[in-house]
Amino acid sequence: MMANPSKLMRGLGRGVIYALLALGAFVILIPFAWTLSTALKTPQQALMYPPVWIPEPVVWKNFVDAWNAMPFATFYRNSLLIAGLNIVGQVLSCSLVAYGFARLRFPGRDALFLVVLSTLMIPFQILIIPRFILFKELGWLDSLLPLIVPNFFGGAFNIFLLRQYFMTIPLELDDAAKMDGCGHLGIYWRIILPLAKPALGAVMVFEFLESWDDFLGPLIYISSTKNYTVALGLAAFRNDYFMEWNLFMAATAVAMALPLIIFFIAQKYFIQGVALTGSGGVKG
Amino acid sequence: MTQSVTTHATVVRVPFRERFKTPEWLSGYLFISPWIVGFLVFTLGPFIASLYISFTEWDFVKAPEFIGADNYVKLVNDPLFWQSLKVTTVYALGRVPLGIAVGLAAALLLNQKVRFVGLWRVIYYMPVVLPPVAVSLLWMWVYNPDYGILNGMLWTVFGIRGPAWLQNEFWVLPSLMMMAVWGMLGKNMIVYLSGLQSIAPEMYEAADIDGANVWRKFFNITLPMMTPIIFFNLIMGLMDSFKLFTQAYVMTGGGPRYASLFYVYYLYQHAFQRFHMGYASAMAWVFFLILMLFTVLVFRSSKLWVYYESTLGKGK
Repeated sequence: MMANPSKLMRGLGRGVIYALLALGAFVILIPFAWTLSTALKTPQQALMYPPVWIPEPVVWKNFVDAWNAMPFATFYRNSLLIAGLNIVGQVLSCSLVAYGFARLRFPGRDALFLVVLSTLMIPFQILIIPRFILFKELGWLDSLLPLIVPNFFGGAFNIFLLRQYFMTIPLELDDAAKMDGCGHLGIYWRIILPLAKPALGAVMVFEFLESWDDFLGPLIYISSTKNYTVALGLAAFRNDYFMEWNLFMAATAVAMALPLIIFFIAQKYFIQGVALTGSGGVKG
Repeated sequence: MTQSVTTHATVVRVPFRERFKTPEWLSGYLFISPWIVGFLVFTLGPFIASLYISFTEWDFVKAPEFIGADNYVKLVNDPLFWQSLKVTTVYALGRVPLGIAVGLAAALLLNQKVRFVGLWRVIYYMPVVLPPVAVSLLWMWVYNPDYGILNGMLWTVFGIRGPAWLQNEFWVLPSLMMMAVWGMLGKNMIVYLSGLQSIAPEMYEAADIDGANVWRKFFNITLPMMTPIIFFNLIMGLMDSFKLFTQAYVMTGGGPRYASLFYVYYLYQHAFQRFHMGYASAMAWVFFLILMLFTVLVFRSSKLWVYYESTLGKGK
């Protein structure tokens, strides 16, 4: 890339770059490989010293045993339900709100948007106790509702992200649609949403991770096993099967599978989305 | 950009049905109404309530009793409060700069013309998507002193007996830092990468003409241009470090001997294990104030070291 004195030096530079990249990838991947390796071992082999890498024999049954040791099917169903509804809730509410802030004029708009941004500064920790009490009063404790309902009222970060994106869509499109007799709801639905697909995609994948990975929320609000999420089930699994590392790693692999699959399918949106938040955040 | 001349020229008369439409300001409020409701019910209400609760003693059994600033006085005299503050600060001071350096290094490597850019990015980004509970379990196994792969490798490669990482008062925080750097690398890297790609190539070409070497180009162009993004990652990293909870809950339980008693974990113990709602709320408010203070300090300091293109252009 940059002018180097000789071909030899350039070749050497390339070599160093690739070596460093490979070293980084190696460090990143080793814990994954170690998880998978242990998940396929016999209990005796998992506790060998020094550790062995290749399971002998390969015990596929560990996955079945781990899956059946706890109602993981129920946990998966709960987590999927929560994540699915949260995605719908966040995308709908945040895009509506972002449309209001990006495309409409009303008194106090800029001040209110400042309030949206400042809520980003309020740590969740300061809200958990009153929210817990609120949900207790509503009789929602030990149900999935506390983990779902708030997401239908917009999240500051997603509102910010979508507003920034909506602002880049030319206003002339709105005017043209108005000429055709479109109201704001029509413009929002037919013009802005289809044009904002990359940003909406980013919101969807972030929201999926946010709810799939959440631990503190379920830990506080949910008490009976039938309402556990995957994250909560995994933590409980740890308490019950403390020393059985092979089953333990099998369960961990199962909990990691879905986010990884979704990441591989939608990696474009993940990587774009992070870049989007980064530049959006920096440019303010 | 499309031309708007024709559009404006044709909007001469307001069409008949336009006059009966909802006025724009009302539409505006309607569009943002989900946020307004959510803000009042789930944010502003709890925010005020938590301040009130912090001045009460409340265990959920008896009614809340107003006790003034007692919780705050108790807090200042609680050695574990100071311990949790210390643990959290030490962790943040170690992890944030480490995360920034490693992320920037990875982005610089990937910004060269390398093959399989997509593949490298995907690999580095993988840990970011994993649930923190799963990551915690995975690393507990990596760090296992007797059967874990880290000590296994130290022994086979270097002949060193590694420590009991998570059960060792000295090593527990560095262990958690390393694990966080592993998990965050991809996210930091992508943000830096987008920043690196927005630096105009002309700047480097000009530097080449002046005969600048790689290091000079890095310190005089790349680094200053990256400061806004470093700043962004610094704020995000601080927030993430201060909010650490899952790892303490799953991996260490705050131990050994309170060496990993993170602030939020200690708060959680008071709120949801001992039901000291008032005391925990006071802790939450102190937490909030500390975060605000840190953020203000970082923002203030940013004037000294963050360069924005506009100021650079003026040849400041």
